[in-house]
Formats: sequence, C-alpha cells, structure tokens
Amino acid sequence: MTAVIEVSHLTKRYKETLALDDVDLTLEQNTIYGLLGRNGAGKTTLMSILTAQNFATSGTAHVFGEEPYENARVLQRICFVRESQRYPEDALPRHAFHMASLFFPNWSQELADELIVQFQLPLKTRIKKLSRGQLSAVGVIIGLASRAEITFFDEPYLGLDAVARQIFYDRLIQDYTEHPRTVILSSHLIDEVANLIERVIVIDQGRILLDEETDAVRGRASTVVGDATAVEAFVAGREVIHRESLGRVASVTVLGELDAADHARLAAAGLELAPVSLQQLVVRLTQHSAAAPAAGSQATPAPTSEGAGR
Amino acid sequence: MIEEGRALFLQIAESVEDSIVDGSLAEDTRAPSTNELAAFYRINPATAAKGVNMLVDKGVLVKRRGIGMFVAPGAREQLRTERRTAFADRFIQPLLAEARTLGLSPDDLARLVRERAAASDTLEGNAR
Repeated sequence: MTAVIEVSHLTKRYKETLALDDVDLTLEQNTIYGLLGRNGAGKTTLMSILTAQNFATSGTAHVFGEEPYENARVLQRICFVRESQRYPEDALPRHAFHMASLFFPNWSQELADELIVQFQLPLKTRIKKLSRGQLSAVGVIIGLASRAEITFFDEPYLGLDAVARQIFYDRLIQDYTEHPRTVILSSHLIDEVANLIERVIVIDQGRILLDEETDAVRGRASTVVGDATAVEAFVAGREVIHRESLGRVASVTVLGELDAADHARLAAAGLELAPVSLQQLVVRLTQHSAAAPAAGSQATPAPTSEGAGR
Repeated sequence: MIEEGRALFLQIAESVEDSIVDGSLAEDTRAPSTNELAAFYRINPATAAKGVNMLVDKGVLVKRRGIGMFVAPGAREQLRTERRTAFADRFIQPLLAEARTLGLSPDDLARLVRERAAASDTLEGNAR
C-alpha cells in the first residue's frame, strides 16, 4: 500500500475553539474512505487543510509526500467538492466544466456529458439561478469526471433527492472500479454510504475516534434485548455504549464481538440480539465519547461557548 | 438483501455459496467477478474481492488465469456437507427454544414437522 496523505500532530485552533486536536492520520492510495462526524467535528477543516484552502496552527499535512500550499504539482492531482462551492457571478454550468477540464489532467468529458444527462442538469441556466440540488449536481459531476487521484466530497448531496443520490453512489462505484483512486467522502447519511466505503474514519471534537476497515466495524457492537435483569447479567463486565429500557424490557448496546459461547448464553437466557448499523454505532460512539471524561488524553479541548450542544 | 451488523464480505461469499448450493451456479461455470458483485450489490469492490478470495481459500472457487473465477468441481457437495453440519445449530436450536417457550415438547415438534412435510408434499404433487 502507498500512503497518499500523511497527517501528523495536526492542530487547528480558531480563537477559543480547537477544530483539530493533534490529529495523526494516514490515507492509502485507491481506497474509498468515509469521513464521518457531527457538524463542527472538524471534517471540513481537515479537508480544507489537505487541499491548501486553510492553514494548520501546528503539525504537518503531506499530500503525495509534499506540502500542498501553492504547490501546483500536488493541487492538480486533487479535487475538493465543497458543500458551498462558489462560482463566478455569470457562469453557466458549461463554463464550470470547461474550467475543470483545463485544470484536471485526467478529466473525462465523456463521463461529464453522461452525468449531465443523468442528473438532467440544465446547461443554459446560470449557476446562481440553479436549484440547490442542481448546484450540488454540478459539484458531483466535477468531482467524478475530474478522476483526480484524490477526490474529496464534502457532503456533496445537499438538495439532491434520493434518486439523484443513488445515481451518484452508483456512478462513484462504477467509475472507481474502472479508474481506482482515493476518495474521501464526508457524509451524514451514514447508512447510505456504509456499503461504499472501505474504511471508516470518525472524527469528534477535533480528534479521531475511529479509523478502521468498515467490515471490521460491522458486528463490533450488538444490542441485547430482553428482560432487564437477564440483560444486565449478560452485559456485566462488557463495555456498554448505550442503554434504554421500557418497563421490564431493557435494550443495551455493547462493544465487542460475541462468540459462540455468548450466543449460547443469550439463547439460554431468552435474550434477543439486534444488529447495530454503522450509523447507530457511529452515533453511539460519538455520544459515548462526549459523555466519558477525557481521561488519559493528551490535550483537553478548549472549552467552547456552545459546549456539548454542538 | 444486505443485513446490518454482519461483515459484508461474509454476506457476499454466502450469496455466491447459496447459488452454488441451489444449483443455479453450476460447477465448472464462471462465477460472478468482483466487479460484477460490487455493481450488483452496490458495495465497495475491495469488500467484494475479500468475499471472493475467501471462497478461493476455501476451495469453492478456482481462479483460471486470464478468464476469471470458476466454481470448483465438487464445490456443491462440499458446501452441502458444511451446511448439514451447521443445520442443527442454525435451525433446530432456535426452533427448540421457541417450542419450549410455547410449551411444545420435542415429540409435538416431530409430529408437526411430519404433518407439514406431508402437506407440502401433497401441495407440490398437486402443482405438478
């Protein structure tokens, strides 16, 4: 495997807020990553620094082994599709695609043309007159057709309906199969992208909470449901990340894979096992980490006025 | 088709095994490629490849240089034996647990199984 992005002790501070807190991260070539986390967790800040659109407070971020700042060699190999991309005042979509075709060496006009038809994008409407979904389609088309060696999609689907999002996912997998590259997909629709991403990175309060193969994370957590006393007896000694109860029935989510002996114990105790989706796991882990004291961590994040309500 | 909470590559491998066991994917025929599986199930190709590689390691699929993956000779019998071994754990155990909750004895179960088998034989006989 070849690392294309290497981040070391990366910290970004905005006045009182620590947006990135001593982040270490290595991203490999030809892999689709899911970059997941709450709003304000640091996802966009991280991607902005990697694409030279923002500066780190300290630490290093290397892309293809080099600093990305004002580095054309690096920048023409990466594409950043932002949620709120701005275009020149009078630009038409075809102007945006033409600019992209000049900038990206691997640009595929054929793919762009196909996607324009699929997304039913009006080419003769000024970009600023496009609907939110059509604007997102412009970004998605540039991101896919650029075939950049590293492509960042920062919540690219705002305003896209379910059909258009499915087109995006299908074309991403299809084009990625034919033209492997590194894709970093930041999304809140975790269950929608769960099967597309090979590795999952969860960032929370500027720190990396999880960086693992997606398939290894599946089955990592289970929810045990049944009589509260029996459930509590079973989960004793395990790491509990969520608890709910309804009368005599408890539903407790625990971390750690269950072996055959566990399954036998569950069956004997009349307890049921409910699967935990990637989205549920990410939500629970994030809540769990917010609730737990930051014991043993190197740096405590600076207190913010919004606090845990972010 | 894809369920939560279980490794995707295992589910992909099982779906291929299902087709071999039920005979829709015959021995010595070409198995779906990694890319076909990725496109069909809308999953990451690396995950599909992991499932396929698992079947190769098991000897269920064989790689033929330049033409792709094929179902190994004897794969169907191998999988049927494997599934017969797991049958009691996968199907009888939960059946017994539910029967116990409902107050049905193993003898009641045996009688129910025979009745149902007879009924479905009649149904199939009529359909022919």
